[in-house]
Amino acid sequence: MLQKVYDWVDERLDITPLWRDIADHEVPEHVNPAHHFSAFVYCFGGMTFFVVVIQILSGMFLTMYYVPDIIHAYESVYYLQNEVTHGMIVRGMHHWGASLVIVMMFLHTLRVFFTGSYKKPRELNWVVGVLLFFVILALGFTGYLLPWDMKAYFATVVGLEIAEAAPFVGEFARILMAGGDIIGAQTLARFFAIHVFFLPGALLGLLGAHFFMIRKQGISGPL
Amino acid sequence: MSEKKHRVSRRQFLTYTLTGVGGFMAAGMLAPMVRMALDPALEAGADSDFVSIGLSEDELSEEPQRVDFTVELDDGWYQSEQTQSAWVFRNGDEVMALSPICTHLGCTVNWGTNEDNPEEFFCPCHFGRFERDGTNIPGTPPTRPLDVYEVEVRDGMIYLGQINQRD
Repeated sequence: MLQKVYDWVDERLDITPLWRDIADHEVPEHVNPAHHFSAFVYCFGGMTFFVVVIQILSGMFLTMYYVPDIIHAYESVYYLQNEVTHGMIVRGMHHWGASLVIVMMFLHTLRVFFTGSYKKPRELNWVVGVLLFFVILALGFTGYLLPWDMKAYFATVVGLEIAEAAPFVGEFARILMAGGDIIGAQTLARFFAIHVFFLPGALLGLLGAHFFMIRKQGISGPL
Repeated sequence: MSEKKHRVSRRQFLTYTLTGVGGFMAAGMLAPMVRMALDPALEAGADSDFVSIGLSEDELSEEPQRVDFTVELDDGWYQSEQTQSAWVFRNGDEVMALSPICTHLGCTVNWGTNEDNPEEFFCPCHFGRFERDGTNIPGTPPTRPLDVYEVEVRDGMIYLGQINQRD
């Protein structure tokens, strides 16, 4: 049945080369854990992406219940955590996944560093990777404020004070990020917008570039 | 079940196992999310509580009287109070409470405001008329009787529940 549907579409649109290009590629022996078990370190990049996919999916579902408003934000999080069936699980996935994505990204960075994979001709991919690192950190920072509880509020107070400590542009940066003089209604709306629209957009763009380059250049050689 | 009859190529075996494991992981990931999204539809239909309207059975007469009362609305993380109205009266042995919302286009009906038909509910918008028990009078715009509240009398006090449609 599925095969027939696929054939019907393929006959008209010739989709086979599309996914073949993506799916068919050499996996050299030195990155295949079946040959050398230590090659599992090459999995960390994929694991990072896997957790990012979980973050995007669980985040999409969380916004069905969350409202970025200082009166109702905490109540809506409390409601989805305690009243909605499996809300605790989905929020838990987003909460723990946020930490896990940092861990995986860090391990991936270590692997790239110690295998020297950042060297010519792959310098650009390292640069994009570092940009991805900043985007993920910013996602963590903006997401932390959204539950609007004590921990969220004071973590943001500290974070914005750190930004303010920057020379010359410090105060400007703080007011820009807070959306005003205090951390309040405008900060929450702004952080929400950045967390769910701007940063994920940047993340997907950079990930596309990251994957395009690794496919174009291939995996770096053995040590 | 000999091995010869069920030759499975390496490629096929890998396709099956990888699809199976991948599908299992995807399902495990998506199941809680989908259940969470479906929650309002699956949890709906909870019975509404009866609310006191601050009126005792003794205060009722055959003449419908309008009562305003507040209902607590529980809307997810937002609780609010909504004012509702009912026309309450004694109808034979039972107590009847009618919704004042006209079944034509939702205006508010009043008792006895039409001088020609003083013993009827009258809707000023399109001159819809209802008898005392809420039955719509043929030839006027409404197509069904006024909705009724579920009524309960506890210790002589009137409590109203959810609104039910008739016909």
